[in-house]
Amino acid sequence: MHIHKYEKYWLVFGVATLVAFLIILGIGAFHQGSHPNSNKKTIDYEKVKEIAPFTNPGVHKVEGKDWDYEVVILASAFFYNPPEIEVPLGSKVKFIATSEDVIHGFEIAGTNINMMLEPGYISEYVAEINQTGEFLIVCNEYCGTGHTLMHSMLKVVDPNESK
Amino acid sequence: MSLNNAMTKVDRRDAKLALAHVYVAFIALLLGGLAGLLQVFVRSGQFKLPAGIGYYQVLTVHGVLLGLILTTFFIFGFQIAGVSRTSGTFTDKQRLLGWIGFWLMTIGTVAAAVMVLLNKATVLYTFYAPLQAHWIFYLGLTLVVVGSWIGSAGQISRYVQWRKEHKGQTSPLLSFMVVVNNLLWFVASLGVAVSVLFQLLPWSLGLIERVDVLLSRTLFWYFGHALVYFWLLPAYMVWYVVIPKVIGGKVFSDSLARLSFMLFLIFSVPVGLHHQLTEPGIDTTWKFIQVVLTMAVVVPSLMTAFSLFATFELRGRELGGKGLFGWFKKLPWKDARFIVPFIGMLAFIPGGAGGIVNASYQMNQLIHNTIWVTGHFHLTFASAVVLTYFGAAFWLIPHLTGRKLTKSLNSLGIVSGVLWAVGMTIMSTAMHIAGLLGAPRRSDYSEYGGAQQAYDWIPYQIAQAVGGTILFIAILVITYIVIKLAWFAPKGEEEFPIASIHESSGPTPPMLENFKVWLVILVALIIFAYTIPIFDIISNSPAGSKGFKFW
Repeated sequence: MHIHKYEKYWLVFGVATLVAFLIILGIGAFHQGSHPNSNKKTIDYEKVKEIAPFTNPGVHKVEGKDWDYEVVILASAFFYNPPEIEVPLGSKVKFIATSEDVIHGFEIAGTNINMMLEPGYISEYVAEINQTGEFLIVCNEYCGTGHTLMHSMLKVVDPNESK
Repeated sequence: MSLNNAMTKVDRRDAKLALAHVYVAFIALLLGGLAGLLQVFVRSGQFKLPAGIGYYQVLTVHGVLLGLILTTFFIFGFQIAGVSRTSGTFTDKQRLLGWIGFWLMTIGTVAAAVMVLLNKATVLYTFYAPLQAHWIFYLGLTLVVVGSWIGSAGQISRYVQWRKEHKGQTSPLLSFMVVVNNLLWFVASLGVAVSVLFQLLPWSLGLIERVDVLLSRTLFWYFGHALVYFWLLPAYMVWYVVIPKVIGGKVFSDSLARLSFMLFLIFSVPVGLHHQLTEPGIDTTWKFIQVVLTMAVVVPSLMTAFSLFATFELRGRELGGKGLFGWFKKLPWKDARFIVPFIGMLAFIPGGAGGIVNASYQMNQLIHNTIWVTGHFHLTFASAVVLTYFGAAFWLIPHLTGRKLTKSLNSLGIVSGVLWAVGMTIMSTAMHIAGLLGAPRRSDYSEYGGAQQAYDWIPYQIAQAVGGTILFIAILVITYIVIKLAWFAPKGEEEFPIASIHESSGPTPPMLENFKVWLVILVALIIFAYTIPIFDIISNSPAGSKGFKFW
């Protein structure tokens, strides 16, 4: 099969760039541990309210873990419990969420915190909170007519300022 | 190839079959486009849908008509004509398969559409469980898929017949490409067929109470990404085989064209997990492996880009273009058959770049399910692909109806392409930016409780309405052209342009037509990429889900 000289250069350059790019992604993922939510814990979606930690949605300070706070969120058509989340700047937060019914999204707008919530599965993501402000949480997977009524708010406060 | 060039006209009976498909496609374009217009109006915040019509109902219509019906029907119309043109007239049996396929798909479309209009199936065109549509909706989609299998069997059979009659010869390039695309479609649609037949249909009928949600999504996306290549490859057929002839040039390389199609085939299916990167229940390693397999598509894409621009340059220089870019000016900029697909090619550059972001594992988290994604596939599919379909329709319809693309219709064609470029630049850019700011896709107008961020998205939503309106005007112009070409343009002969192969292309290795080898590679890759993830999903699965109707 005949391949033009310039096409060879073009392909070699293109493929080399691609390989370099994939290596960078791979280092980010497997060396630095930056993975999207891929949690494998399952739960009975019809009884979530009776199963910890979803018996108590909200922000919980934790000790002796790699993160400082656990934020437990229960999503259902068409709202999030809790409707508002407040965490301090500089903290490391684990978001733990699931759905009581259909598939929902959990996206904190303007951040890279973005997970699918599926019935029967617990979604988790650990994030460092490094910016103050109010961040809108939206459902970004169509869940029914009330889809856009479904939102919550993440408030990041600077503990030094409030003192 | 000389034999093929002698066959200049598609047989009338084949033409009728092809036209039936093309007409349905353009009806879908008009109605689906109207639905799109209503959506951008609603999202601007300035307009409310009348008569109790729901936003998500309109959105379902838009997705089903443009993503499934416009595409499948146009592709089949084009492919039937293309095979008949390059491999020869269909036998009665092959044509009958085509008609059976056509009617099954049409009945299925009507059944599904009625259920959507009755608000019994407002589940969007991805119909994710546990939202549960009326069983007739799933049955309708099944008929579309089964009909497409029967129709494609007719096309493949004509190619097989050609191969038998011309032992040892290289087959016509366009027919070969059609066969690759049909195989891709068949292997991919098996995933969604399994999900619909064994999960969603019995579940909506009440035969089973619960479905495995994650499994159904995984089966959907096994199909869903290959689906977009099924839309894309006919556009590539036009780019590789038709456009060179339109500009007066030749196919740059027969072998590389075939190789790029085979690469699309093998990298089409084992990549679906990149649509599920932020989902629970799927292992990170397997997500990453499929990300790597997804990116392999860069290789045939680079090959295609090279060979297109090589063809353009060779032709431009032949016409006396001098210097580094002088050849560029020599291209036929006043020919709608060239410029409309060319605008599509340009749109494919940012579209492809955005696609790399989408599939890039961690980066996906920033844009997943935001309107950035909508902006992305309105560049790749709704610009690169459909503009190429339109450019092809400008010669295909008159070729089949025995009419001429007149000078004034050609000018209108260019106008539609330019309107499209302007409208899409505005709409898609606004979607990309709003998406980066977090605006979700597939969402009704909402102020989200007065949040500042949601307020910041609104100007972009108004820009989308402006762009969407211009796009709808372009659709009206195209509909007018199609009606003229189908029934009113002057009688005459319009060429079905098929380029011959450039002398420097060299012989095509028979290996490239050895479908067994490539199918084995495809199946091996699918087994590699999916066995463990699907085994994991099934063995770790929670109790299944009952159906919900939240609309």
